[in-house]
Amino acid sequence: MIEFRRVTKQFPDGTVAVEDVDIVMPPHKTTVLVGSSGSGKTTLLRMINRMVDPTGGQVLIDGMDVATQDPVQLRRGIGYVMQNSGLLPHRKVIDNVATVPLLRGVGKREAYAHALELLDTVGLDRSLADRYPSQLSGGQQQRVGVARGLAVDPNILLMDEPFGAVDPIVRAELQQELLRLQGELGKTVVFVTHDIDEAFLLGDQVVIMQQGGKISQAASPAEILAHPADDFVADFVGADRGKRALHVTEVDGRNVVVDADGRPAGVLTS
Amino acid sequence: MNLFFDGIAWILDPTNWTGPGSIPERIGQHLVISAVVLVIASIIALPVGGAVGHTGRGKDLSVMVSGGLRALPTLGVLTLFALWLGIGLQAPIIALVILAIPPLLAGAYAGLESVDRRTIDAARAMGMREGQIVGRVELPLGMPIVVGGIRSATLQIIATATLAAYVADFGLGRFIFAGLKTRDYAEMLGGSILVIILALVVDGCFAITQRLVVPAGVRAAMATDLRSRPTRPRAAVGRPITEGNPE
Amino acid sequence: MNWLWSNLDLVGELMLVHLALSVPAIILSFVISVPIGWLAHRYRWSRGVLLSLCGLLYAIPSLALFVALPPITGLSLRSPLNLVIALTLYGIAVIVRTSADAFDSVEPDIRQSATAVGYSAVGRFWGVELPLAGPVLLSGVRVVIVSTVSLATVGAVIGVPSLGSLFTDGFQRGIQAEIVTGIVATIVLALALDWASVLIGRLLLPWSRPSASARRLSVARVERVDAA
Repeated sequence: MIEFRRVTKQFPDGTVAVEDVDIVMPPHKTTVLVGSSGSGKTTLLRMINRMVDPTGGQVLIDGMDVATQDPVQLRRGIGYVMQNSGLLPHRKVIDNVATVPLLRGVGKREAYAHALELLDTVGLDRSLADRYPSQLSGGQQQRVGVARGLAVDPNILLMDEPFGAVDPIVRAELQQELLRLQGELGKTVVFVTHDIDEAFLLGDQVVIMQQGGKISQAASPAEILAHPADDFVADFVGADRGKRALHVTEVDGRNVVVDADGRPAGVLTS
Repeated sequence: MNLFFDGIAWILDPTNWTGPGSIPERIGQHLVISAVVLVIASIIALPVGGAVGHTGRGKDLSVMVSGGLRALPTLGVLTLFALWLGIGLQAPIIALVILAIPPLLAGAYAGLESVDRRTIDAARAMGMREGQIVGRVELPLGMPIVVGGIRSATLQIIATATLAAYVADFGLGRFIFAGLKTRDYAEMLGGSILVIILALVVDGCFAITQRLVVPAGVRAAMATDLRSRPTRPRAAVGRPITEGNPE
Repeated sequence: MNWLWSNLDLVGELMLVHLALSVPAIILSFVISVPIGWLAHRYRWSRGVLLSLCGLLYAIPSLALFVALPPITGLSLRSPLNLVIALTLYGIAVIVRTSADAFDSVEPDIRQSATAVGYSAVGRFWGVELPLAGPVLLSGVRVVIVSTVSLATVGAVIGVPSLGSLFTDGFQRGIQAEIVTGIVATIVLALALDWASVLIGRLLLPWSRPSASARRLSVARVERVDAA
């Protein structure tokens, strides 16, 4: 479990990235932080592995304040997947995946064997192991990034807009892959995105953030749609318009669900 | 063109290849002094440049220092030190070290600085220590530029060492100054040709080294992207990483 | 200081001589390099050859080049023209690379939109590419200014008078003040020319602060990306 207690981050230049945030991120669930740029979502994520230290409040992992832990050891125990994969361009795919286990002192043979298994896990062909990152497609690079994040079998996986730079078709594929993986592995995932659809698709808990690093609402997707906390949230999730404002019309005796623009979204079966 | 043949004839003259002050001896002196100077200057400049490139601190200062040192006229520095320290190798060595520092410093910090900030960020997020980030990520990726700095410094040293024969009795420059004094243009030209060959050979060796130190993954990227992208990775795309606690 | 006061005339005169050596070399190398750099930018196959040639030229030690040039040019070793040619060659070696980079730095989108609105190839070069390459070109010129002014002093050892004569004379007669004066005068001259080039750049390229380095430009680009 990850817990933020009255966390504030003010950068030296005076900008407040995160203000007085309290959240509990339940174990083995996916928490998605969603908001536009400047809402402090990435800063919040980076506080978990001490890439950023808060200027006020505490971040706790299983009841332990991360500030008391050595940042390097802490990071080696937490998976991190970032936009543009963040792979080391001068290392082969297999070396990239095995980096953190090797840093932790795992034997070479074991680390590489495990890295190959991880390629299977994320749905990559083992023949790609000897390629360099630049020789892979964007989607493949992102899968390698996920494999690397999982390499030390961490309890926590941090994902910072991991699918932001790939095209929509590949993104949809990767999102389904992540859901499948999460169903198998049950990690505590913290996922940052600015795409509300992605947030609703992946999140057990969705945290909607607004400018200045404040939380507008933290709840399940259904809860947010049913009871948006305020106008900002309602507007942000588009609850009253577009494809979320669904209503039922009868067509040839069947109940068809259509959105606000009258486009059919599905059939009501029950 | 006759003059050129005189110069080449002087080089080929067997009497110039034996005895004190012979061509092999002068080449040896030139190379040894250059190597000594390069090592001393590297020990001073590379760690400082590396630290500046890694932390980003003191960048303005080191740009100023290396830019300012570049404006120093080499001959002035050589003659001044020769007056202070007298005849001997001490003066030219110190002067050469001072003049070799700017390119080394610039190469070291530009090399480390050229590495994509996102890659470094990822390395830190994985739990690499600062030393590991420098050793395993920044140095290998920035190495071509660092070697480029060493290359410019070496050329600078070889050129200035030629000039240093004006104040000390060593190196291939002696032939030029000796020829100037005795109005023996063949000797001057012969010496110049030798210096040019020496510089080009050393430069060629560095060009090859510079190519060899490009990491394979980066070379692969260049091969596939040659048509669509500038050869240098553009650090400009994507979000700038301003957050983080480099410890 | 006493030495300087009693030799002010000499220093002033040598400064003018030094200017007469370095300014033509700087201007010539710029004028010659821009078309070569454009060639290297425009035709990929020529790039490697041209830039390698410049690299070789740059690798040649100055003193050796001064001595090796007269048989090719037919000039006397002590001719100032010989020195100007050598300095021009060094300048070319530096600016060609920068000028190829400068033309590379013009966004392809801008070039294509210029073609789309009806610029001819020639008009596009003078009206779009050259001005937009200006800031990077200027940075190359500034490097050449500093190196040319410094290199010109080397000519003194083979008997071409310049501020470098203060070094040879001071060394032979053991006058430290003379050498120090020479060093300071050389740096002052380089700074003055550098300042003049920045001023000219500001007049010709009013839309871009010439001090804006490539780095700052790229930061601006990042900000634009983020705002979008």
